[in-house]
Amino acid sequence: MTAPVTAASMALDGGLLTADDAAPEGAFVSSRGFWGHVGHRLVRDPVAMGAGAVILLVVIVAILAPWITPMDPYKGSMLRRLKHVGDATYWLGSDELGRDMISRLMLGARLSLFIGVTPVLIAFVIGSGIGVLAGYVGGWTNTILMRTIDVFFAFPSVLLAIALSGALGAGIFNSIVSLTFVFVPQIARVAESVTTGIRRRDYIDAAKLSGASALTIMRVQVLGNVVGPIFVYSTSLISVSMILASGLSFLGLGVRPPEPEWGLMLNTLRTAIYVNPVVAALPGVCIFVVSIAFNLFSDGLRAAMEIRQ
Amino acid sequence: MSVIPDGHDPFARDRGGPAQPLLSVSGLYKHFPVRKAGGKKQVVRAVDGVDFDVLKGETLGIVGESGCGKSTTAKLLMGLIERDAGGLLYDGQAVGERAMPWRSYRREVQMVFQDSYASLNPRMTVEQSIAFGPKVNGVPGREAVERARALLARVGLEPRRFAGRYPHEISGGQRQRVNIARALALEPRLVLLDEAVSALDKSVEAQVLNLLLDLKAEFGLTYIFISHDLNVVRFISDRVMVMYLGRVSEIGLSDAVLDAPAHPYTEALMASMPSLDPDNRTAVALLAGDPPNPIDPPSGCRFHPRCPLAEEVCGVTEPPLDGIRPLHRVACLARQPGSGHARAPNPALAA
Repeated sequence: MTAPVTAASMALDGGLLTADDAAPEGAFVSSRGFWGHVGHRLVRDPVAMGAGAVILLVVIVAILAPWITPMDPYKGSMLRRLKHVGDATYWLGSDELGRDMISRLMLGARLSLFIGVTPVLIAFVIGSGIGVLAGYVGGWTNTILMRTIDVFFAFPSVLLAIALSGALGAGIFNSIVSLTFVFVPQIARVAESVTTGIRRRDYIDAAKLSGASALTIMRVQVLGNVVGPIFVYSTSLISVSMILASGLSFLGLGVRPPEPEWGLMLNTLRTAIYVNPVVAALPGVCIFVVSIAFNLFSDGLRAAMEIRQ
Repeated sequence: MSVIPDGHDPFARDRGGPAQPLLSVSGLYKHFPVRKAGGKKQVVRAVDGVDFDVLKGETLGIVGESGCGKSTTAKLLMGLIERDAGGLLYDGQAVGERAMPWRSYRREVQMVFQDSYASLNPRMTVEQSIAFGPKVNGVPGREAVERARALLARVGLEPRRFAGRYPHEISGGQRQRVNIARALALEPRLVLLDEAVSALDKSVEAQVLNLLLDLKAEFGLTYIFISHDLNVVRFISDRVMVMYLGRVSEIGLSDAVLDAPAHPYTEALMASMPSLDPDNRTAVALLAGDPPNPIDPPSGCRFHPRCPLAEEVCGVTEPPLDGIRPLHRVACLARQPGSGHARAPNPALAA
């Protein structure tokens, strides 16, 4: 039952089908659907595809890091500290303990991505749940949930992340927990507003009339219509999350040495900023490039979802 | 040919017999609270004491200006908004009580909405939308899809071409056919059509109306047909109910009500229809201005500020909905013997 592309696109452009383009006997015409169209448009967006390629490359490097690093990222040498970029042995120089920068950056991608993406993923699930529930049920449930959420908005997200991490103590797990707390309210607010926007639609009423439970309606009828905008917003938070996570590590609240993590590397290398500024800036460049890539990709995704219907 | 396989027979489910109204509405009230500037609490009397019966197998048309409470009545009948007071009796059983809980009632009564696009989930295919109702009521997935396809064919949409389409890919008339199929998927006995054809082109409207008539005969349905278009209501309805400011002003057989209106409001509505005869065009609008504010309706008869027959008594006494002849009831003091209105029929003669 694959879609004849011409028929689907004709239907989209012209609206009404005529008897001329009837499907061949025996085959059910199926359309590409919303996500099919979004994917189609995304593939044709060079910026989004470039950003996607960068993200994909970093993810592949992060996954394969333990096997493809040219040198041991933990093994230092007091004699070979702070080599410059372009060194014959250390391609991207070496850090303040004489460890190979490129190997540490590759392995650091693992932790940086992990503590950057995980909080957003968890917050996406929890925040969507809270927001869709509040938006769909409305009334007192909405007031209680959303006013509680508003309390978190009183604090700037950086401050909140630092305060929570400080209270919970240093460590990867705790920094993920505190970052999740930072993002749940933001995602919940977006989810609530898009859900409120569709809860009065007639198709929700029609679903109620069919006798479906509130949970079924939220799952089948609401979620499909709100997950797009929430997802776009969440992808745009990944860059913020990576920067915050690096910031926590920089402050000593996240990843602990000697584990390589971009934010932590930035911290330990800051003493070398006058001696070897290029090497000291490399982890920052990585953070910058990856977060920009996530932002551009999420912009492309948003543009691809703006389909007139 | 019945497209629904599992022995769908509307009469098998009948309880009260043909004389028992399918739906009996009594004393239905819905007031919406509003807050005006100054913080004073007020209410919009959207539906303010409505009684009527829907007989088995008939089509009851409901007409009135916008804001008269037609759509609120529809939503109250479907339980989409909660009524403040009033009873619904479905085939002799009180709705919302143990014998007929809302869940069972909703399987018997379905609704088709005015906006064909807003009433279909844009992320679901036509087939998924129709199969959703049966699925949540325990019909296995494959069977629900089969039923959806059969219903699509029945409403005139070739399943092979339309089952997999999304709402934005099909025309308004086709979407409204899908909505009708969705309403029928739960095998209802009563279908409430709220301005269901109002947004369609005239030619498409006629096709859909004919489809509705066919389906009614095939499935033994009863319709409540809400519209502001008197021509359409006359075409499809057996009986007509005229509403004004949240109340019933006249109810009776279509021909009687529309050809010989007893209520001055119905008369004005009929006269305000544009005539196709150039020699017979009305130059004066009989219904001047907007209907009064339902927050603060006029005392006595609600129509009296706009009524050509209004007398002093009309501003004081609220006219009850009384029968003037069999199956024809009207709420107008000028038709009520002994009401004190100068035009009221003589009680001695009426008796």
